[in-house]
Parts: sequence; C-alpha cells; structure tokens
Amino acid sequence: MNMIEVQGLTKKFGDFTAVDGLTFQVAEGEVFGLLGPNGAGKTTTVRMLCCLISRTAGDAHIAGYDLANPADSLKIRKLIGLVPDNIGLYEELSAYENLDYYGKLYECTPDERKTRIEYFLKMMELWEKRDLPISDFSKGMKQKVGIARALIHDPRLLFFDEPTANLDPESARSIREFILQLKKEGKTIFFNTHNLDEAQRVCDRIGILKTRLLAVNTPQQLEKNVWGSRTVIQVEEVSEPVLEAVRRLDPVSLSVEENKINIGINDPTRQNPDFVQAIVAAGGRIQYVTQLNPGLEETYLKIIQ
Amino acid sequence: MRLSKAWTVASKDFKTFTKKKGILYSSLYFELVVSIGLPFLVLYISGKPNAVAALPQLLNAFSFLFVIGAALLPVSIASYSLVGEKVQKSLEPLLATPTTDEEILAGKSIAAFLPAICSSFIGALVFTILIDLFTYSPLKYLYFPNWDFAIILFLLAPLVCILAVGFNVLVSSRVNDVRTAQQIGYLIILPFGAVYFLTELKVLTQTTNNLLIMAAVVAVIDGIVFYLVRATFQREEILTKWK
Ligand SMILES: Nc1ncnc2c1ncn2[C@@H]1O[C@H](COP(=O)(O)OP(=O)(O)O)[C@@H](O)[C@H]1O
Ligand SMILES: [Mg+2]
Repeated sequence: MNMIEVQGLTKKFGDFTAVDGLTFQVAEGEVFGLLGPNGAGKTTTVRMLCCLISRTAGDAHIAGYDLANPADSLKIRKLIGLVPDNIGLYEELSAYENLDYYGKLYECTPDERKTRIEYFLKMMELWEKRDLPISDFSKGMKQKVGIARALIHDPRLLFFDEPTANLDPESARSIREFILQLKKEGKTIFFNTHNLDEAQRVCDRIGILKTRLLAVNTPQQLEKNVWGSRTVIQVEEVSEPVLEAVRRLDPVSLSVEENKINIGINDPTRQNPDFVQAIVAAGGRIQYVTQLNPGLEETYLKIIQ
Repeated sequence: MRLSKAWTVASKDFKTFTKKKGILYSSLYFELVVSIGLPFLVLYISGKPNAVAALPQLLNAFSFLFVIGAALLPVSIASYSLVGEKVQKSLEPLLATPTTDEEILAGKSIAAFLPAICSSFIGALVFTILIDLFTYSPLKYLYFPNWDFAIILFLLAPLVCILAVGFNVLVSSRVNDVRTAQQIGYLIILPFGAVYFLTELKVLTQTTNNLLIMAAVVAVIDGIVFYLVRATFQREEILTKWK
C-alpha cells in the first residue's frame, strides 16, 4: 500500500499559486525527498499533508485516510510525526517536560511516555541534560529533541522539513544517520531539503519541486534521464583517425575536451568494449576509461532552470 | 471537544507560569494593593472624626475594584500564553498533534481564566475579612457579605474575566511580542476604569440594578468576542495569517 497518495495537489494564497498540481506516491517504508530552492513550496506541501492548512485543489490520502475528510484529520495527525522547519520547543521548559507534554497531546499512556522519553534522550545522548531548560541547549541539541518529540507516539510516517538547515556539519551528520536508522526500522519518511548531497545520501526517491513537480525518480535515474549514459575515454592524443573510428560506431553524442573523448552511449556495458577496440585499432593510446557522472547537482540545476 | 485535552494544554501553561516569576508577581501586586492595602487605608480613615458616615460609600466604590481586577489579572497570562507560543514558533508542532483548534483555544482560555478568577476570589476573601474586622466597631454592623459584592464577584467578575481573555486572544493574533500584547491587552481595563471614575464623580450610581445591567451588557459583548475569537483561532488563520 502507498503511504502517501497525492493527485493534483494545489495551494493558492490569494492569487498566488504556491504549489501547483502535485501528483506522486510514497510507498510504505520509503524515504522520499522533496528537493527545491527556497520558496519552491516544500513547506506548504508538508503543511497540507499534515492537515495544518487546507488545500485549494486536488486529492491526497495518507495511509488510506482522505485529507479532505475532516473526520479523518485527527486519525491522520495521530499516525504522523512532524519535524517542522522552526523546531518550536518551549524554551523555559526542560527537554523532559517538552517531550512529556507532546506525549500527552499524542495520547500516549504514562508508561509509554516514560519509556520512550528515556529511550530517545539516551539515544541522543541528552539524558543527562533532561532537566535543563531548552534555552540552555545548542541548536543541534534542540533539533534532536525536536525529532524525539515527533517520534514520541511511534508514528508510521515522519515529515522532516529541512532538518539539517543551519546546523554544524557534525550535528547535521548525526541527524542524517538517525534518519537512516529510522528508515531501517521501517518508517516512511518524507524529507524536505534544498541540500542535494543530503537528498542523494538519504532518499530512495527524489521529487524536484519548483511550484510544480518537475521530476520524480531515484537519484541515479534522474541523472540518467537528464544526461543519458556517458563514457569518457582519455587518450594520449586525440587524432582525426581516432575520432573517425568513434564516429563510425554511431554514438548518441560526441564531444572532445583536451585529450578526453566524451561519448554518449545507450548501453555502455555492451558497447564500451567496441569503442575501446576501435580507438586502439585507429592508433589511439588509451590512458583511462571512465563513466561520466555529472552528479545530482548538475542534474538538479538543469532540471529547475 | 475533549476537556482532558484542553486541560493538558492549560496544565503546560500553568507549569510555564511557575517558572516565569514575572507573570506571577504582576498578579500579586494587584492583590497586595487592593486586598491588603485598601483595608488598612480604610482602617486609617475610619479613625478620623466624621468618617463613619462616608464609609459605606467608600467601601462600595472599593468593591468595584474587583471588576477592574478581573479585567487586569488575565492579561499578563493570556498574552504570554499565546504570543509566547507565537514567538517560540511552537504553534505549528502543536497544531500537528491530534488536538482540535477548539481544544487548544479552550486550554489557553482556561490557563488565563482560572488563575485570574481564583486570585480574584482569594483576594476578595482577604479583603472582606479585613474590612469587616476593621469596620465592625465604627459601623456597628458587618459590611460584607452583601448582595452587590456577590454580584460583583460571582457574576460581573467572571464575565469581565472572560471578556479580557477573549480580547487578549484577538490582540495576540495581531502582534508579535509579549510586551506589546500586554500593553494593548490592558486597554480592556479602560471602560471599567471609566465606570469607576464616573461613579466617583456621581455621574453613575452603583446600585444593584446598575450592576445587573452592566453584567448583561458585558455578557452580550462576551458573546460577540467569542464569535470573533472562534473565527480567528483556526489553524489555517494561525499558520498563514497570524503575523
Ligand atoms: N501564508 C502565506 N501567504 C502568502 N504566501 C505564502 C504563505 N506561505 C508561503 N507563501 C509563499 O508560498 C511560496 C512557497 O513557500 P514555502 O512552501 O514556504 O517554500 P519552501 O518551504 O520551499 O521554501 C513562497 O513564495 C512563499 O512566499
Ligand atoms: Mg520551507
């Protein structure tokens, strides 16, 4: 079953369209990343899916519950956990008190609250600091408490809205590792980010958003779809007979940069040996044969431009 | 609406107030001045010659201060309770929990109403005991309890308190810092202060009838404010329009 099913989801603020006709699915247990520049509509999308704001048009189902049905709204909110972009803890209350309050709001039993708060605070190495007010915590520590807060009711689906933005690299890394661990536990994760590297490391599939959903796929497939497969063959010297030999094999594309021959190939594993053989036969002295990897960044920039 | 949910929301605010001493003190000042300070002033005055005849009228006027107290006491709590959430950006995660808008609103209202009305009652108890203690011998009768004060305390004060809470919710939705919310919130005292002074100037008289009429007027305004509050306190509004 799909955890999230979205069809033509649209949000307008007055005349301004913030999110336009999104259609996608997120399978149970999947980590889905929504990647887009500032103002792309990521937060707006998450807010609609968390029953925080209404949608202007379109349909969405979370775990089979209809977002349009007010009677389902409480059930949906009960099975999801949200880590918002502004973490919004109560500064004057302690970490323990913050989590306990949310445990009550999420209707956990006193026992569940006690064991889960202890479990998460110990895992995040904050148990010793449980009684300090949140105002004494660093940004990274607050973020961890915010994540524990979203997990207090053991939700099946988690929304993270740019969880590592403005964090130091070490905190950002431990948050990413934590998200990957949640994935291992079988949670479905919806992940907003404008950090490409992060999206690539954490997400199974990525949707590229800029008001509209421009592409949805695995990171590898996105690259391949945009660029096709490329093989780079570096030779001692690019001569005309060598190029002629390559052209004769009818590549998808061909370009030369210094002593590198950049060849677009439909089925590299089958065709690469033919190209190598042809170049050698034409007198080319091959130094390296590599696969061209433009990377997600180039791909992303090409998609959103 | 589940009252237990509202109570959870209110309890969290109570916990916050025990840590925010400023909020506690601000309500204590009023109690100290009115409930303890005024009776001692009365004690001092009643020792003067010819003061006895003026005492009932003076006590009558002082009684009305508990109406003003009911408008004043919820302000610091109500403004902190909502604008505090706004400043800390905690409304989004709060609204994401399986709690309805009504439950959150009810919790926030209880958090401001209950301490204010309780401290009004406790203050009134201290006030009546001290006044009776100090004025029994010159007056030769117990001034309190009396019907006017019962109307003030059990009818007018709760209605005014509700008005102050509602007014503060409306103010909180429009402002961005606790101090501004409080400053605007305190404006709710003005009409009641005006009534107090007009009574002092003998333009109005504080009779049982007039107190009842006033209670009826406040109740109608309460209804209007409640309607406005309900329209303002909706998740979509809170997340997209509350600035
Ligand atoms: N309450 C609102 N009223 C009007 N416009 C809004 C509101 N919230 C967001 N927007 C606009 O919608 C667009 C998408 O915003 P947002 O979802 O926050 O983007 P992202 O999270 O991807 O940075 C932005 O252009 C933003 O200015
Ligand atoms: Mg955002």
